[in-house]
Parts: sequence; C-alpha cells; structure tokens
Amino acid sequence: MDDTRRYERLRERFQNGDISRRNFFGLLGAAGAAYGLQMPFARQAFAAGDVSQVRFDGWGGVVSEAFRKYAFDPYTAKTGIKVVDGTFPGGDEYLAQVRASQPGEYNIAHLSGVFDYARYHSFELNSELNLDNIPNMTNVMPALMNAFKSITPDSLSAAPYNYGTTGLAYNRKHISDEEMKEKGAKILIDEKYKGKIGGWSDWRTRLWYAALQTGQSPNDIQDMDAAWDAVRKHRDLALKYWASGAELMSLLAEEEIYVTEGWSGRIYALQEQGHDIGYFDPPQSFGWQECLFVIKGSPMAACEELINFMLDKETSIAVAEGQSYPPALDPTKVDLGEKIPKLPAFDPTGTLSGLTFANPNYWNGNEADWSKEFARVQRGY
Amino acid sequence: MGQRQKRRGALWIMSIEAREARQPWILLAPALTAICLLLIVPLMFIVVYSFWLKSAQGADTPGFFLDNWQEVLTDGFYRDILFNTLKISAITTIACALLGYPAAYFIARSKGNKLILLVLLMLPFWISYIIRTMSWINILGVSGALNSALIWLGIIGEPIQMLYNETTVILGLVHFLLPFMVLNIFVSLDGIDTNLEDAAASLGATRWQGFLQVTLPLSLPGLAAGGLLCFVLAAGTYITPVILGGPRDAMFANLVYEAIIRQLNWPLGSALSLLLLIVLGALVLIYNRYLGMAQLAKGLG
Repeated sequence: MDDTRRYERLRERFQNGDISRRNFFGLLGAAGAAYGLQMPFARQAFAAGDVSQVRFDGWGGVVSEAFRKYAFDPYTAKTGIKVVDGTFPGGDEYLAQVRASQPGEYNIAHLSGVFDYARYHSFELNSELNLDNIPNMTNVMPALMNAFKSITPDSLSAAPYNYGTTGLAYNRKHISDEEMKEKGAKILIDEKYKGKIGGWSDWRTRLWYAALQTGQSPNDIQDMDAAWDAVRKHRDLALKYWASGAELMSLLAEEEIYVTEGWSGRIYALQEQGHDIGYFDPPQSFGWQECLFVIKGSPMAACEELINFMLDKETSIAVAEGQSYPPALDPTKVDLGEKIPKLPAFDPTGTLSGLTFANPNYWNGNEADWSKEFARVQRGY
Repeated sequence: MGQRQKRRGALWIMSIEAREARQPWILLAPALTAICLLLIVPLMFIVVYSFWLKSAQGADTPGFFLDNWQEVLTDGFYRDILFNTLKISAITTIACALLGYPAAYFIARSKGNKLILLVLLMLPFWISYIIRTMSWINILGVSGALNSALIWLGIIGEPIQMLYNETTVILGLVHFLLPFMVLNIFVSLDGIDTNLEDAAASLGATRWQGFLQVTLPLSLPGLAAGGLLCFVLAAGTYITPVILGGPRDAMFANLVYEAIIRQLNWPLGSALSLLLLIVLGALVLIYNRYLGMAQLAKGLG
C-alpha cells in the first residue's frame, strides 16, 4: 500500500465518521512530522544543527553594534551560523558565569588583560586555536601575541584584539595640565581634592596606582604596607568608587568628581562629547590588552572563522573607532586610517614598548590574598 | 457471612481514609517539587560548598573543611559588617513605619477612591528597582534637580555634596521598601471596624486617644508584618549601597557578592550567605513565635 492510498483510506474513515476530526488531524500531523524527519534534506538540517549558533560575549554598547554590522551579519550570511551576542559588566562576573555553565554554552569572549587569559588557563577553560584557519592573524602585532604565548607556549586560545591604558582623567576647569603633570598619580591622594576624587572599585587598579603613589614598580611591589596605606588614604579622600565605564563617565561629566583614573577610550568618548576632561598617562600607567578568547568546549572551526571575520581590517577599524581603543593590527603593516592614530595610548611603532602591562604571574599569584584584603581595606580596615 | 461483610466494610473505610490522607500530598506535589528543586536542592549545594576550600588558583578543593566557617564566625570584620547591616535595616524599617503609617491610615479611611490610591501605591513596582534607585542621582547630584533649584532660588551659591554616603543608602532603601510597609499596615487598618472608634468617642475619648488606645493596638500586627518584611528585604540588598553608597558603605550581601564574583571564592561566599540566612531566619522564627505568620500572609495576599 503506498502513501497516497493510506491517506485516502484515512480520509474515507473520517468522512464515514469512524474517527473523530481531532484524531484525523492528529494522524495527519504525525505523518507530516515523520516525513519531515526522514526526507532527504533532513540529513543536512541535522548536520547544521550541530553548530547552528555561536555565542559571543562582550562589553556591549557601540562595540556590539560595530561587531554586528561588520562581522556577525556577514559571517551569518556566509556560513548560516547565527551569532548570539551577550554582554557582561566585568571580567570577574563573567568568569563566575562561565564557571557555573555547561561546556559549550559560552564560546567567544572579549576578555580583558593577559591576567584574564592566565585565569581561564588555570581554570582549564582554554582551547587550542588552529591559526591556519585565521589568516587575518598575520596582521596582528607580535608583541601582543607574545604576551599570551608566555602563558601557553604551544598554542593560543585567543586572538589579541585591542589595547588601551587606565590613566588619569581630570576636569580641566579645576585642575590644570601643569598641575596634573607635576603631581602624576599622587594627585589621587591629594588632600586638596578631598571629596572630589574617584576611583575604580577594582583591587588591581587600586594597588597599581598605590604602587605608583609610593614610588614602587607596579609589577614588583616591595613595601606592601605602604601600598595598602596609599589605598586607604585614597579611600578616605574619595567620594565614590565607580563600578562601570558608564558610571565613570557620568561622575566626571556631572562634575561629582574632578579626578579619577579612567579607561582611555571612555575618556576619549567624553572629550568627543565636548566635556573639558583631560587625560594623562603617568609614567608606568596601567596598560592592558583585550582579546577574543575561545572557551573550551566551543565548536572550534566555527569560532575560528568568526574570529577571522572579527580580525578583518574593516571590522577591526570600525570597532576601534567605535570604542576608541586602538586595534591589535600592526600599524606598520596595515593602514589604520586617520582617526585611530589620534586615539590615546596608540603606538605607531607596533612594538608597544612604551606601555607597562601587568605581569600575569605576579598579579594572579597574589590575587587570592589581595582581592580579599582589598574588600577589608575598602570598608575601613 | 456477617463477619466477612464487616471486614470488607472496614477495608473500604480504611481505603477512603488512606485516600483522604494521600489527597493533600497529591495536590501539594507540584508546589513541593518546585520548592524542593528550586530552593532546598540549591540550598544544599550551598551548604556543601561552604565546607569546601578555595585553592590559590584554579578549581576548588572538595572535602569537609571548617576553615570558612571558622573565618566567618571569628573574624571581627564580618561581625562588624553584619551589625552595621542590621543597624541600617533597623533604621530603614523605623523610617518606613513612620512614613508608611500615616499614608496607610489615609488610604484605609479615605472614602470611595481606595482602589486608585492602592494602584498609585503599586505604580513604582512597574519600574525597575535599579532605575528607581538611580533616579536619586538625578535628584540629589551636584548638577541634580535639588541643587539646581536651590542655586536658582539663591539659597546656596555652590552645589552641596549630598550623594554617596550612608544617609543616601538608607534613603534609597526607604524608597524601595515603603510600599511593602504601607500595604501591610493598610490591610490591617482596613480590617478594623470604624464603629470601634465611634464607640471610643461616645465613651468620652478624644480622636487622638481613640487612635492611641483602639486603632493603633489593633493595627500592630500589620505594622509588625510590614516591619519584618522591610527588615529582611533591607538586610539582603546589595544594589543600593553600590549605587548610592561611598567607598566604605557596604552591607553584608555586598561581601557575599564580592566573595563569589570578585574573589571567585565560592566556598567562603557560601558560608557568608548561609550566615546571613541563619541570622534572618532566626528573626523570622522569633517573629513567628510571638506574632504568627498569618498577618504576613494577609499582607502579601
């Protein structure tokens, strides 16, 4: 008996009143579903089902918009794989989420700093990229890749993407450029600005600046007591610890605070909005780089292709102009246009020798103690 | 024959009794399953976690260690923050009671438009709690509404620094919790027969005496229920100090957040969150011992 005869018999039984309308449609539906499952295209549909989407998590805002326009949409058009983009408020929160997730739930993340790379490595969340699948990696500055290779010498889990600094931002109505240059990092513990000082509620940044204020090397603090005292002094003079880039911008723009350390790109954005805010990188200012990290358990080939799209010159430049952080592309190999060379922290030589990065072994080795101690110091201890 | 029939009857009665005994459990099963899976099981995870150890880097060490509990219970830092949290919660609760009682009284005794007033009371819940808290930045900030108004009126020359201290934290909490207090007091005032006040007046009491000796004592269960709710909710918040507090301002929940999210120390964070749960649970038990849960259920219903 062929299918057509089967349907005709079914219809006849329905018309004779042998089966109810509900059963008739139920059986038709079941037949349709069975057909869909075993038809020739089903095989392709199931194969694509393995990697139907890739999840990307980043800092949101203009960066997400630029990624969507220049990387995600063209990528989906070419591969048929959807890109789900999420946002996170900070690296620590995101790592907590990833640790609580199932492998493969989170795929690519826009992580900050080499120490984050090292942390993911220590939690065994790192993957192995096949660089042959990412031809655009050849345009990336070797200096940025070497930082990651010092942690995972045999392979890379991430592609460097952009860099910036956490320098000093100040309201030029109240603090002159000369005063800023003269006082440097110590302006954050200057009694003169009591109640008008801000700071990031991040223990690394607090200790980095405490090292600068006490004349020590941030990657080798010898006198910890002096450093903690500087953190305490800053705490007592500060009005508020800010917790996000948006809050940093709002506090400066509303003149709640006159001086704080700040992220170079965000301060540049404030300047572009017309606020009279200065930005000064003191000697050994906090340099950092961000990367596109592929988390263990992700569909590697799909992620590698997406990263290649994101590293594309056009995408990199658009994202860099959107978030005001210079891209990881080597300026000696790639023409970066007009705007990027004017961004704060930009290094035209492509060596990044002028920036001081956090030594991941040093900072991660002390993370457990210092992050806990900072929670106490912050509360007045 | 009669014997057998009697036995069959007994069996039949027993099965009805057994069925009746089973029925509430069958009806409760969905709720109990949800509570078990969404509350009891995760709580057990937290209990187990609190005995693990965080290693310097990388994964946690499973096992039975008392280190976290010893640290949480003996360290003065946690005790101080816990007492400070309870203090802030108590001040918030008292402020809510003082502000909420007149409002609830007004709604309960108003004629005709009670429903509109209650809807107005509920309106803030339609806006995110975080947005409501952040609105104070636009009101009290240096370039906020209040400072602008004072400067415009010529009362002050320079903006006053009002934000980012303990007072603004309490202000934010009161703003968040006041509706809970008003609702609870309203429910209990609404249930009081107004004839009682008239009776007191007919016996020579002034309106104030009538209120003090009749209405207020009768509305105390609602006040207590609102108080408990405000206190417990206030003691568990961490967003308000982050948005409206200065560098030092923190409540106990902030320490839990920092331990779990910033320090990635889930075992210590688990022990801290259980300590807060135990302290607040004890308060609820004391409340239940003396006042009972019925009033709270009425207020929430």
